[in-house]
Amino acid sequence: MRWLREHLVLILGMLVLLYTFVPIAVVVLMSFNDPATRNVYRFDGFTLDNWINMCGPETEGMCESLWLSVRIGLLATVVATAIGTLAAFALVRWDFPGRSSSNLLIFLPMAAPEIVLGSSLLALFVQAGFAGQLGFWTIFIAHVMFCLSFVVVTVRARLAGMNDTLEQAAQDLYATPAQTFWRVTFPLVLPGIFGAALLSFALSFDDFIITNLNSGSETTFPMYVWGQARVGVPMQVNVVGTLMLVVALVVVVVGEANNRRRAAALTK
Amino acid sequence: MTSTAGTVPVVDPGDPGAPGEPDALVDVAASGRRRGRTAYLLMAPAVLWLALFFVIPFYSLIAASLYDPSGSDEDGWRMAYAFGNYVDAWQDYWQPFVRSIAYGGIATVICLVLGYVLAYAIAFKTGRWKTLVLVLVIAPFFTSFLVRTLSWQLILADDGWVVDVLRFLQLLDDDGRLLATDVAVVTGLAYNFLPFMVLPLFASLDKIDHRLIEASSDLYSNPVVGFFKVTWPLSLPGVVSGTLLTFIPAAGDYINAQLLGNTNTRVVGSVIEAQFTDANQPYVAGALSMTLMVVIVGMVLVYVRRAGTEELL
Repeated sequence: MRWLREHLVLILGMLVLLYTFVPIAVVVLMSFNDPATRNVYRFDGFTLDNWINMCGPETEGMCESLWLSVRIGLLATVVATAIGTLAAFALVRWDFPGRSSSNLLIFLPMAAPEIVLGSSLLALFVQAGFAGQLGFWTIFIAHVMFCLSFVVVTVRARLAGMNDTLEQAAQDLYATPAQTFWRVTFPLVLPGIFGAALLSFALSFDDFIITNLNSGSETTFPMYVWGQARVGVPMQVNVVGTLMLVVALVVVVVGEANNRRRAAALTK
Repeated sequence: MTSTAGTVPVVDPGDPGAPGEPDALVDVAASGRRRGRTAYLLMAPAVLWLALFFVIPFYSLIAASLYDPSGSDEDGWRMAYAFGNYVDAWQDYWQPFVRSIAYGGIATVICLVLGYVLAYAIAFKTGRWKTLVLVLVIAPFFTSFLVRTLSWQLILADDGWVVDVLRFLQLLDDDGRLLATDVAVVTGLAYNFLPFMVLPLFASLDKIDHRLIEASSDLYSNPVVGFFKVTWPLSLPGVVSGTLLTFIPAAGDYINAQLLGNTNTRVVGSVIEAQFTDANQPYVAGALSMTLMVVIVGMVLVYVRRAGTEELL
């Protein structure tokens, strides 16, 4: 009883954690499902078919949509990470008139509901005469826009938490500003930039509401799932869901191992 | 975010071509930040992007909301400063609107309770497993939003075990159901936005100095009183940012309402989407969108004021 009281919070916390995994367990399970009919969403039998025939005829359009999401995700991530990192440096390391309004401008897109961001962007595209050109590039523009703030916030946190003694040491040892930047500052900020890029890709890859309004006739993966949800999704959708989880976990584990190795190398 | 303040100037990362001049030539602000035009060059691309694709679209949206409602895509839309659009949109769609706010609010409260327990357990009880547990908290949310929402369809289905158990416990009538009800929509929302609550809560709980809590128990406060007098007030910044980060997307979301609800759980998000695309009534969509934004910003301001953490923004 005493034991229970002491560990009550931990137990409750782990129950909540367990709860967050219930739908994920269902996704993984359903990726091995052999459905009797497509309209009823329940587990009927075990099969590896969904994994082997991911891009088969019953998933027409799914792999194309996946490929589109990957391309847009990569491109939007590169652009958002690049310009967001520059802005983060300016905000942490420089003092300039307009700094606090810039901070506010960066913050606002994160405080606006997606439906508002999406519909206002669509209003702009329509009024500017691009209603017929909605597609890859309008999705790209939208994704860079909403990823940008998250990049700035992530890189800014890393920069702000950074101690500048190493940079001072480099300068004391007659490193030029360029050498100091590329050999000391940049490697130290890199994990933050890397984290920001991962977050960007995840946000872009998973976005539905903004994309749906600005995509024209293009179909990203979330839009494919949305479209199929009305008629019953193919089980391969769960394979993609499971793969996303696996990829994310691998990236996190590799990143963490990398950090540990670096930390170990530094203390040697 | 201004913890870099130091006495010695920091390096100039944006000007790698400059020769290694002594620091005396650089005008350093009291905060340890440099001054100079380079900052504007660094800010320019991001500010330009947000100006073009975030600020200007707002004006487009306001403009669209004031169109003459007699226009059409074929004949074109005429700006008529038709403020009546807002009244009409509200009269036609106040129900989905209120529903959105209510769903978002209830989901946020559920998230706060579940998220606080989880964040508290991670910050104070997991010890060296902290990082691992934190990764586990985020992991489920790497699966596609839509795919994990669909999996709630299965969990809450009429022949699913959740409904069976609830019927057995008589918490649900024999023909009662979960899927396609308000309960399902709120469940989905509270699930999908949980990490937005847990992470800020954890960040502020993790910063609390354990000695303060020990001090309160040394001074004979019981754990419950100690929690409400020490831990809770210190975690308020996390509570405020967590509730905002949960409420704002939850109030605007329509994926959960559409996949887990029914026609009576329609929320304002799907009305806006439909009015803009299929119904071709951009003025209705614009008016509803603007109203949603204003209501949310208003609620956020009042809430932040009352919570007394204005510096958060």
